[in-house]
Amino acid sequence: MKSLSRLGAIVKKEVLQLSRDRLTFGMVFGLPIIQILLFGYAINTDVRNLRTAVANQAGTHLSQQFVSELRESQIVRIVDSVESPEALESLLRRGKVSIGVLIPSDFDRRVVDRNRAAVQILVDGSDPTILSVANRLRTMPIAFDSTPAEERRHDQIELRPFYNPERRTPVNIVPGLMGIILMMTMMLFTAVAIVRERERGNLELLINTPVSSAELMIGKVIPYIGIGLFQLAVILTFGQILFDVPIRGSVLDLYIAGSAFIAANLALGLLISTVTHTQFQAMQATVFILMPSILLSGFMFPFDGMPVVAQYIGEVLPTTHFIRLTRGIMLREAPIGELGRDFYYLVAFTVVVMTLAAKRFTKRLD
Amino acid sequence: MPSEYAIEARGLSKHFGDLRAVSDLDLDVPRGQIYGFLGPNGSGKSTTIRMLCGLLTPTFGTADVLGTKIPGNANLLKPKIGYMTQKFSLFSDLTVHENLRFISEIYSYPASDRKRRIDELLESYDLIAQRKQMAGTMSGGQKQRLALASAVLHHPELLLLDEPTSAVDPQSRRDFWANLFRLAEAGTTIMVSTHYMDEAERCHRLAILDRGVKVADGTPQELQAATGMHIVEVIADDPYAAQAAVNGKPEIASVTQLGVRLRVLIPIRYENPIEIVNNALAGENVSGDTQMSTPTLEDVFVAVTMLPEEKDQ
Repeated sequence: MKSLSRLGAIVKKEVLQLSRDRLTFGMVFGLPIIQILLFGYAINTDVRNLRTAVANQAGTHLSQQFVSELRESQIVRIVDSVESPEALESLLRRGKVSIGVLIPSDFDRRVVDRNRAAVQILVDGSDPTILSVANRLRTMPIAFDSTPAEERRHDQIELRPFYNPERRTPVNIVPGLMGIILMMTMMLFTAVAIVRERERGNLELLINTPVSSAELMIGKVIPYIGIGLFQLAVILTFGQILFDVPIRGSVLDLYIAGSAFIAANLALGLLISTVTHTQFQAMQATVFILMPSILLSGFMFPFDGMPVVAQYIGEVLPTTHFIRLTRGIMLREAPIGELGRDFYYLVAFTVVVMTLAAKRFTKRLD
Repeated sequence: MPSEYAIEARGLSKHFGDLRAVSDLDLDVPRGQIYGFLGPNGSGKSTTIRMLCGLLTPTFGTADVLGTKIPGNANLLKPKIGYMTQKFSLFSDLTVHENLRFISEIYSYPASDRKRRIDELLESYDLIAQRKQMAGTMSGGQKQRLALASAVLHHPELLLLDEPTSAVDPQSRRDFWANLFRLAEAGTTIMVSTHYMDEAERCHRLAILDRGVKVADGTPQELQAATGMHIVEVIADDPYAAQAAVNGKPEIASVTQLGVRLRVLIPIRYENPIEIVNNALAGENVSGDTQMSTPTLEDVFVAVTMLPEEKDQ
């Protein structure tokens, strides 16, 4: 009986403490709801609306009919129209589209010629999911209205997968995984950095010295940038040794992108550190950002296949932009200049979040 | 021309929601003196010190600390003050020397002189043997010496010490106060909060704080002279019975037991305190010797922190 009463005492105490930790209590309800929403919306193997550019060099009635059939299929979403195959490849390399449709000038003749493909579809094959979706386009029939049904063919579209012709998953996963690993470690490092000092009492000493908020924040971030770059090197080396993951673009570009991404996550960690009160809360908040970063960044599921709301959330997350950068640089040999938007987003994100963190952090206790 | 006071506070108040931690506090702390802040736990000592160094914003009132207005730009003040927190706040996972070096760099102590200053501090605060020891593994007394050494490293004009001796043994306490006197001698103004009576008696001046209100201030002697109480000391064989006998009598303001002795406080308006006590004892058939005594600071403390209705009894 005594044991039971002691057991009861521990249980009651735990419940009391839990009910007073509002953030943890919120997590009890919030985390499942958010995860269900994320998983439910993001996990979508029926990928549609892949961003597509068309180069219609034929400009005939039949070719226009084909383009509108493509559009009606809903597998693709035509976002751009260009003149040449080179322009299509450039859009693919810059990550603006996942699919390029090339309709040659002799399209009409090719349609009736059994030996030649009428249309070429260029696919960013680095993501096997996109590749398999694009495969479904291959069987689309192309024929003049006058062609009898039994003579219609389904092999007039040639698929040209780019960047990952062997269709190996690691080639696509490793560049994304770099983002996830870096995010996890970097954010955790700084998320606990200030709450830890608050818990240990060091902060009261620090804020009574002439050190400024900005000095304290930036000083806490700098050592971890070095650690992050080292981590990046480790992942790249092992990716290459174990999985033969290529680095087709410039290694320097990769490290430049990496530095911006590392800084963005460290800043985010610092912001978490200034709004949470215990190390435990800081870790929970980190997990809270980790989940969407894995699910909505294009790491696990093609970005185009996600609903618009999920895409908006994804656009905010630094991981989304870093994964675009790494896949671009490593797989598609894109120079960082062509991926400028994603790079500048990371820089801007760092500056904004760092400023917020320094503003949030007052050298006061009230 | 600097003011003769290091701290001048007027109407300083801090409310946390409904709690009035500090109410309408006036303070004048002369330069170069040790100014004590005496009060029980929760009387607003820490809150006041934190307001004076800019960590907390006063709800009402202002202070002038070394010429800097509070509330205001407390950053101007930081280089001029040293602050020792109630809880050990240096880095447990750095060595004594590393902690001191960190502090010297944070305060931009001249690089050429850093080594000499740190060695000097290690010497005068008796930390040479602990130089390479992790701060977290040191004893309470050693931690306290390190904390004081860190607080004075940059030669602050004003030291704010928040219950610096609450976690150390009596010998360390004595050594600590010797260090404080040495610093005051050299011109540092020291404000120290404590709930130890013997420490309060060592201060040049002190203020007694009770429930956020300053109930008395002055030199220890002035305060003792102004208790407004007769002190009757009773030595009884059965101090329990003696206490029971005098307690609750309308003329008696307070009874404190110290071993076999009782200290009985009777407001000064009663003319025959010995007789009052003797009558009370006789009424319950308790024997005891009574004699008049001079007020100690503890008596002052008991007298000034009594609730008004108790005083009127």
